[in-house]
Amino acid sequence: MAQRKAFRWHIVVFLAPAVLVYTAIMIIPLIGTLNLSLFGKAEGGRVFVGLANFATLFGDPRWSTAFWNALANNAWFFLIHMLVQNPVGIMLAALLSSPRLRMAAFYRTAIFIPTILSFVIVGFVWKLILSPIWGIAPGMLDAVGLKSLFAPWLGREGTALTTLALVSVWQFVGIPMMLIYAALLSIPDEVIEAAEIDGVTGWSQFWKIKLPLILPSIGIISVLTFVANFNAFDLIYVSQGALAGPNFATDILGTFLYRTFFGFQLQLGDPHMGATIATAMFGIILVGVCIYLFAIQTRLRRYQF
Amino acid sequence: MTGKLRLALLASTMLAGTAAAQDVTLTVESWRNDDLQIWQDTIIPAFEAANPGIKINFAPTAPAEYNAVLNSKLDAGSAGDLITCRPFDASLELFNKGQLADLTDLASMANFSDVAKSAWQTDDGSATFCVPMASVIHGFLYNKNAFEELGLEPPKTVDQFYAVLDAIKEDGTYIPMAMGTPDQWEAATMGYQNIGPTYWKGEEGRKALIDGSQKLTDDAWVEPFRQLARWKDYLGDGFEAQTYPDSQNLFTLGRAAIYPTGSWEIGVFEPQIEGAFEMGAFAPPVAAEGDTCYISDHTDIALGLNAASPNADAARTFLEWVGSDEFASLYANALPGFFSMNSNPVEMQNPVAQEFVSWRENCEPTIRSTYQILSRGTPNLENETWNASANVINGTETPEAAAERLQEGLASWYEPQKN
Repeated sequence: MAQRKAFRWHIVVFLAPAVLVYTAIMIIPLIGTLNLSLFGKAEGGRVFVGLANFATLFGDPRWSTAFWNALANNAWFFLIHMLVQNPVGIMLAALLSSPRLRMAAFYRTAIFIPTILSFVIVGFVWKLILSPIWGIAPGMLDAVGLKSLFAPWLGREGTALTTLALVSVWQFVGIPMMLIYAALLSIPDEVIEAAEIDGVTGWSQFWKIKLPLILPSIGIISVLTFVANFNAFDLIYVSQGALAGPNFATDILGTFLYRTFFGFQLQLGDPHMGATIATAMFGIILVGVCIYLFAIQTRLRRYQF
Repeated sequence: MTGKLRLALLASTMLAGTAAAQDVTLTVESWRNDDLQIWQDTIIPAFEAANPGIKINFAPTAPAEYNAVLNSKLDAGSAGDLITCRPFDASLELFNKGQLADLTDLASMANFSDVAKSAWQTDDGSATFCVPMASVIHGFLYNKNAFEELGLEPPKTVDQFYAVLDAIKEDGTYIPMAMGTPDQWEAATMGYQNIGPTYWKGEEGRKALIDGSQKLTDDAWVEPFRQLARWKDYLGDGFEAQTYPDSQNLFTLGRAAIYPTGSWEIGVFEPQIEGAFEMGAFAPPVAAEGDTCYISDHTDIALGLNAASPNADAARTFLEWVGSDEFASLYANALPGFFSMNSNPVEMQNPVAQEFVSWRENCEPTIRSTYQILSRGTPNLENETWNASANVINGTETPEAAAERLQEGLASWYEPQKN
């Protein structure tokens, strides 16, 4: 009779630290937040209100207008990143991986440095650069005779969000660049040589050979951008304040959550509505990531070298 | 031998005990850490000299943390004897929880007007729980040298106000008015709440709004927005992205001629200007010559008594003194721009501060319209007013539409405005 294998305790022991830490600092707060959103304030404590907070958030015209405004702004913020940051990142990576480029290491470092700067510095520096009073942007445009193009971009409803999205792109373009650069370097030379023998060179080589090979990396970058953008808060808060002016034109889910949860000026904080917004954000990000995982990633073709 | 020693020890403990009982130390909780030196050098020595046996320990915390720190200290029973009071709801909540003592019977309360006390009273005004210390007055600062250069007089009426602005604009040397809209509170606090009381007749309008007999869509409440919309043409290039520090710098560097503001700037600006030009002040202009003027004399800071304090008697002695003329004069002179709310006028050395406070003689005082009761709900009227004021100056919302939106928001949760 074969003896049953002894329980492999070492697996549990090795997993324990990670599981415990992750549970304590991620899972429990997450469940706490979800739980908080089901309660409401009442005389002398809190009461269970079920989904009433969600009904308020989506049903009350004031709350829902603010929420949809923040969501639409967030979507625009994300779109700018997808349309500008990632293509520019890929282009920079393609240029950097070109063997004829001199001082590639310098460019790589210079473009990556903003990524490690604090949001506070980036927000403050760009606010100064774009300031109509002390900024260098009006002066530089004046020097090339384009002063008439200058406008107080951060102060106009039509341009503030796009400007901030571009500042964020400036800061983070180094990340897609580095990831794509690594992916490009990992393409074996044989594949490139075979393409050259077949007469596929230059741009068509990029489109037909390299791009399909880096598509999985682009997918990962897109999903990272999505999660980062829908959790964004710092840059808007630093440069436009918690009210995300002008007239909530730069209000994204993060600033909306902050204002609601912690309160602002004479407005007292409301943890329950704040948790409701946080839960909605969690749902949005979860749905987005699931779409990527199940609809896109499973269809990406993998190439074995 | 041991017996004697014991006796000696006992005696010395008893002596020490009586000595400690004579010297009561009162701890003051405050968010004004900027004022630490003023308390230690001026206020505390003056009080201790007159009241031997009571020692004062001023223990401030950082302004942003004050409310949270104070609340937890009060809950834990470790808060100081004297509590610096924020205006309105923050302190009212402490009183309702029984953490601030009722000070209605304090003799020095008679030195303060009802408006001065309103920030630290129950809604019906029956109980007062903090002694008012200081208020800030809204008005306009101006560059006297620029005015002399252009031959201008500080305006008294609205027409004169715009005539002065037009003249500065035409000359082109100075930006007529330093104000920006991205921070929003400048537009609301230094714009709307500054000129507004003239139109809604100060306390009369403010109270009528609270009891529901006036609406934000009434002409008296829309007119300040119409005025703000006119300001747009006199602000500097790119005012849509001009922050509050930008505005301050434009004025102190002498690039802007007029600065709509509050008196708290006096103490900040004077060292920055350092005699580069002379600073003057004028009150919010009235509609027609001879009209009653109204000023926002906003109650900002007061001192209350921790209901759990073991030294209540000594603390009351100190509070009586805080309500006295002597304290008023010490405080107002140490901090130009923070005015005593004492009904007896205070002698002040600073000429600009004197100018501000002189308006109290002829003008009717009021406080910011959104602070009492009206900002308890969601949407928050104060925050909405910031947004509306900035929109109106930017020209992205008409005064009427802004007023309509504010009224709708207020009526959505405030009973007296529902109908």
